[in-house]
Amino acid sequence: MLRSILSDDMPRSRWLAIALLAILVGLAFAPFLFPGAKSLNVAARICVFIVLAASFDLLLGYTGIVSFAHTMFFGIGAYGVAIALTRLGPGWAAVGIGIVAGLALAIALAVLIGLFSLRLRTIFFAMITLAVASAVLILASQLSAITGGEDGLNYRLPMALRPSFRPFDGFTGRLLDYYLVFFVSLALVLALLRIVNSPFGSVLMAIRENPFRAEAIGYRTVIYRTLASCIAAATATLAGALLALWSSQTSPDTTLSFDIMVDILLMVVIGGMGTMYGPVIGAVLLVLAQNYLQALVGDRWLLWLGVAFILCVYFFPTGIVGRLRRR
Amino acid sequence: MRGRRTTDMLETQSLTIRFGGHAAVDGVTCAFQPGTLTSIVGPNGAGKTTYFNLISGQLPATSGKVRLNGEDITGWPAPRRTRAGLGRAFQLTNLFPNLSALENVRLAVQVRSGHGMGRALDLFSRTTTHRELIDKAREHLAAVSLSDRADAIAATLPHGDQRKLEVAILLALEPDIFMFDEPTAGMSIDEVPTILDIIAAIKARSDKTILLVEHKMDVVRSLSDRIVVLHQGRLVADGKPAAVINSDIVREAYLGGAADV
Repeated sequence: MLRSILSDDMPRSRWLAIALLAILVGLAFAPFLFPGAKSLNVAARICVFIVLAASFDLLLGYTGIVSFAHTMFFGIGAYGVAIALTRLGPGWAAVGIGIVAGLALAIALAVLIGLFSLRLRTIFFAMITLAVASAVLILASQLSAITGGEDGLNYRLPMALRPSFRPFDGFTGRLLDYYLVFFVSLALVLALLRIVNSPFGSVLMAIRENPFRAEAIGYRTVIYRTLASCIAAATATLAGALLALWSSQTSPDTTLSFDIMVDILLMVVIGGMGTMYGPVIGAVLLVLAQNYLQALVGDRWLLWLGVAFILCVYFFPTGIVGRLRRR
Repeated sequence: MRGRRTTDMLETQSLTIRFGGHAAVDGVTCAFQPGTLTSIVGPNGAGKTTYFNLISGQLPATSGKVRLNGEDITGWPAPRRTRAGLGRAFQLTNLFPNLSALENVRLAVQVRSGHGMGRALDLFSRTTTHRELIDKAREHLAAVSLSDRADAIAATLPHGDQRKLEVAILLALEPDIFMFDEPTAGMSIDEVPTILDIIAAIKARSDKTILLVEHKMDVVRSLSDRIVVLHQGRLVADGKPAAVINSDIVREAYLGGAADV
């Protein structure tokens, strides 16, 4: 049963298993273990960023694709829901339309970028994704009639997700919203875990290891790379939609900025590339550090965060998960 | 499955590739029949590996044609040629370095499973549940006597074992045409027989076409039904081993080529 849920990809390290279990329990009971608006907000953001980082690992760690356009898909998902809720009013139909439109645009862009440029060398592909992502960021800031420009959009969530929704005592729309984010995130991460452990996933790793030989034994690498890009893009889009449904506010800074791209990269590298559990650990650590480090170490928290990253990458080149699994 | 003809399985017609002004393979016309092991020999730089690359699709031909069972495959990309039955082992070891030996072979088995892309487009089943692919991969590892190294990471294997793994991947592709590019290069003397026995076993099945690039003349002499000599990109001799090895043109090509090395 557990093997099936985890797709036979067991943690293979006692400490990793304990850490993952702690994260699962912590997030599942966050509203009760860590009461308060701020800690619930942090927990929801952790869920969203776990999905985002895990989907980036599918590209970077499993397929060996270096893309800087991952936040673009995250933003498309968030803006899809945000624009639909702004224009069509706060209903579930609007949420559905926003998600479907966001997915369609994201997948179309991923296919386009993939077919045109995945044949290129890694570095050129990375540059193209950077260019496309920059263009979308500028577009989102400039098309203020649709996107709200730099300020972004503020919108009302469907009735059932509002804090004021209280069907019975001790239960609010906020709680329902949190569990929506939690369970969708959990399902997406388990789905990604299944994909990387499927026959398809094994081809992705072959392509990462030696694309020339993967072609020579009969795999059309461009098809697999494009498909992997589409899956990663779609997952990032859903993560963006979750964030939009959680925060009722979407702006370039919170969804499209390159700061977020760097964060995702760090989460995957620190946690351990190509492990799927690594991004989970990385996302938890980074989101916690961003929210609580200032209170712990004072105003120079960014400096200490930087030092911690350098030490981490220096001492654990294969990431935390790689280190834990070594013995 | 694939239609098998009694006629020439694989042929090249005036096959040529130019790098700048230099023709690395120059108008080579040659046909290879099932049940025949043809050795391709020639001095270093004669174009043997380049000729292989043109046949298996790693390089695009400048002119000329490659035909497989009568069909023109010159424009086909390498993966399609492999799925059509052209299997290739590489001269320089060319593995998936950070995957296990078993996984290296299983990936090749996976290509041949099912139809078209086989199981490879299956996103939602677990690789570990496809026992038949894993068992088959183990059989191929056993054939090259690597069973005890199945879980070893490919990059950590000694050179000789990596060469054996290379051959196991080729076996797993179950091709109609086997292309071996110096399969025993860099192997220790006691490991060579393992590879030669495998080639002899494939040959004994008599419906397979085997192309072999090899430098060791004793290997070539004992295994080949036919020898083709390339020199400066051109086909300069073609015939029975004994006749070709003793011909003047081969002596000249080898002696002339040796000076270039």
